[in-house]
Amino acid sequence: MTPAVEFSHVSRLFGTVRAVDDVSLTIPEGEFFAMLGPSGSGKTTCLRLISGFELPTGGEIRIFGAPSGDVPPNQRQVNTVFQDYALFPHMSVRDNVAYGPMVKGVPKAKRHALAEEMLALVHLDGFGDRKPAQLSGGQRQRVALARALVNQPRVLLLDEPLGALDLKLREAMQDELKSLQQRLGITFVFVTHDQGEALSMADRVAVFDQGRIIQVGSPSEIYERPATRFVADFVGSSNVLSPAEARALGGADRWASLRPEAIRLLLPHDPAARLSGRVTTVRYLGAGTRIGIEVEGRPARELAVLIPAGQPVPAPGTMVALGWADPALHPMEAAE
Amino acid sequence: MTDPAASGSAPGSAPGAGLSERLTALFWRRPGLLVALLITPPLLWLGVVYIGSLAALLWQSFYSIDEFSGAIVKEFTLKTYAELGLQQNIDIIVRTVLMAAAVTVASVILAFPIAFFAARYARGRWKAFFYLGIMLPLWSSYLVKVYAWKLILAKEGIVTWAANGIGAGPLLDGVLALPVIGGGSLSTSYIGTFLVFVYVWLPYMILPMQAALERVPTSMIEASADLGAGGLRTLRSVILPLAAPGIIAGSIFTFSLTLGDYIIPQIIGSSRYFIGQAVYSLQGTAGNVPLAAAFAVIPIVIMLVYLTIARRMGAFDAL
Repeated sequence: MTPAVEFSHVSRLFGTVRAVDDVSLTIPEGEFFAMLGPSGSGKTTCLRLISGFELPTGGEIRIFGAPSGDVPPNQRQVNTVFQDYALFPHMSVRDNVAYGPMVKGVPKAKRHALAEEMLALVHLDGFGDRKPAQLSGGQRQRVALARALVNQPRVLLLDEPLGALDLKLREAMQDELKSLQQRLGITFVFVTHDQGEALSMADRVAVFDQGRIIQVGSPSEIYERPATRFVADFVGSSNVLSPAEARALGGADRWASLRPEAIRLLLPHDPAARLSGRVTTVRYLGAGTRIGIEVEGRPARELAVLIPAGQPVPAPGTMVALGWADPALHPMEAAE
Repeated sequence: MTDPAASGSAPGSAPGAGLSERLTALFWRRPGLLVALLITPPLLWLGVVYIGSLAALLWQSFYSIDEFSGAIVKEFTLKTYAELGLQQNIDIIVRTVLMAAAVTVASVILAFPIAFFAARYARGRWKAFFYLGIMLPLWSSYLVKVYAWKLILAKEGIVTWAANGIGAGPLLDGVLALPVIGGGSLSTSYIGTFLVFVYVWLPYMILPMQAALERVPTSMIEASADLGAGGLRTLRSVILPLAAPGIIAGSIFTFSLTLGDYIIPQIIGSSRYFIGQAVYSLQGTAGNVPLAAAFAVIPIVIMLVYLTIARRMGAFDAL
């Protein structure tokens, strides 16, 4: 099957800045694909390369097999949900949603019916007459979604669409987007800097850093087997151990990742203890408590440990012993 | 407010606090007081000097003039307004309104590409160049500019010379031979008046238009393209409606400035009157202040009608 989107050695330079640097990736049709990375990592530029608002300075992008080089944005079979929603303030919600069909010349009655149908899909029935300014952030987000979906795009691009929403709404929209994508079967390309969002929604995640893709894989691959120190640290802020430290702890002679939640607190003389140290910081997170432990010995360093809710939390200054199962110490592929 | 360094101090701060601290605290407790202090002088100016003189003008237009003695009869009458209905006066009004409309339309067409470039593409040095280019003509005297144009447009002027030089002399003569808008030379025709009006008022169209276009978010233009719209459709359905308040603001300038101007048509154009010239001569040499006042009410009424129509058509929906 032809992939929905294919990048081969794509670069985008702004002056001397390599916003996107030799990126190759393949997004199969029907996939929920997340581009994850810190701000300035090139993920949004990649999205704009697909929508056509940026042109690559090198390489080629194919959309459903067709080279996109000469296709302007208005002729691409992709639609975008913008970060700031970009709803037209002078039009009613209905006219906003009906904008795509209007441009295509669909008669008024028909396009208004289409708009109402889409508004119902995003649970905004009866909001058609309002102006965007009269809606809440979450409702505007849904209008932006309906306005993109009404065109029946083959690929939907979402640029940090949930960034402006509060936590509760964001979680509800995450579930809704996921189920919408499964129902419609459209390819979603989702840009986010929120690792939780990427892991919980996407079929596959690409982790970006400095214009390059560092790792592509399923959420569990990304989380459990990070390829580099950057991925380990950015996704779930893992403890990254140097090759020497990893070797001292019985691992291979490579950089390694040790997830905070994989470490258990033990009694000081438990035979399973691998390290001991002193509690320095305690940060309550609600669903758990993250503590910092200064490990004894050389070289002295800090390890983060996540204690699940309901378990006793040691006070700062307490001496504790640490243990973990062997597979938890994950050696990373990359040399650096 | 009076002293930035003092603005952080709270009421009940250290005894012996200075005047500025106490004022800051007072304004902090009574925010309305500061607003009142700031707004009273301009409100007085607007109320007394501006609205007051407008009211006096309106009042005078309901007086009439005694045809024999030339004295003003201070009694309420609509006779003066009836005089506006005389054919020669109607001609003046229609001529002025048509000229103002033509100048406004031409200004919109000329200003849009300039304002669009300045708002969406010009950065840094280019932006500075743009502002300088737009503002520089405003620094020199209006009269100097108008007289300069008289020389440019005169029969012996550079335009005629250049037209003959490139062999377009007959074309220029053909244009000048047109009825009504033509004339002996550009500087004695309506075309000349029109050109100078457009030149002089163009900056007043570009600046508000540029400000309005600058406020149209790039993402909205991209969203329109993303939804399948070509450039013209985006211009018509997104950019123009969103920039409409700025275009209307600019057209208020060009339209009302042309309606009221009496110097440009005096220097450049045929000798036929515009509203401004009529007002000038009626209140001066003719001593007919009531009719001058009635004439002066016309532009105000036209602007009110214009703004009402613009509002009905949704020009301010994006405000």
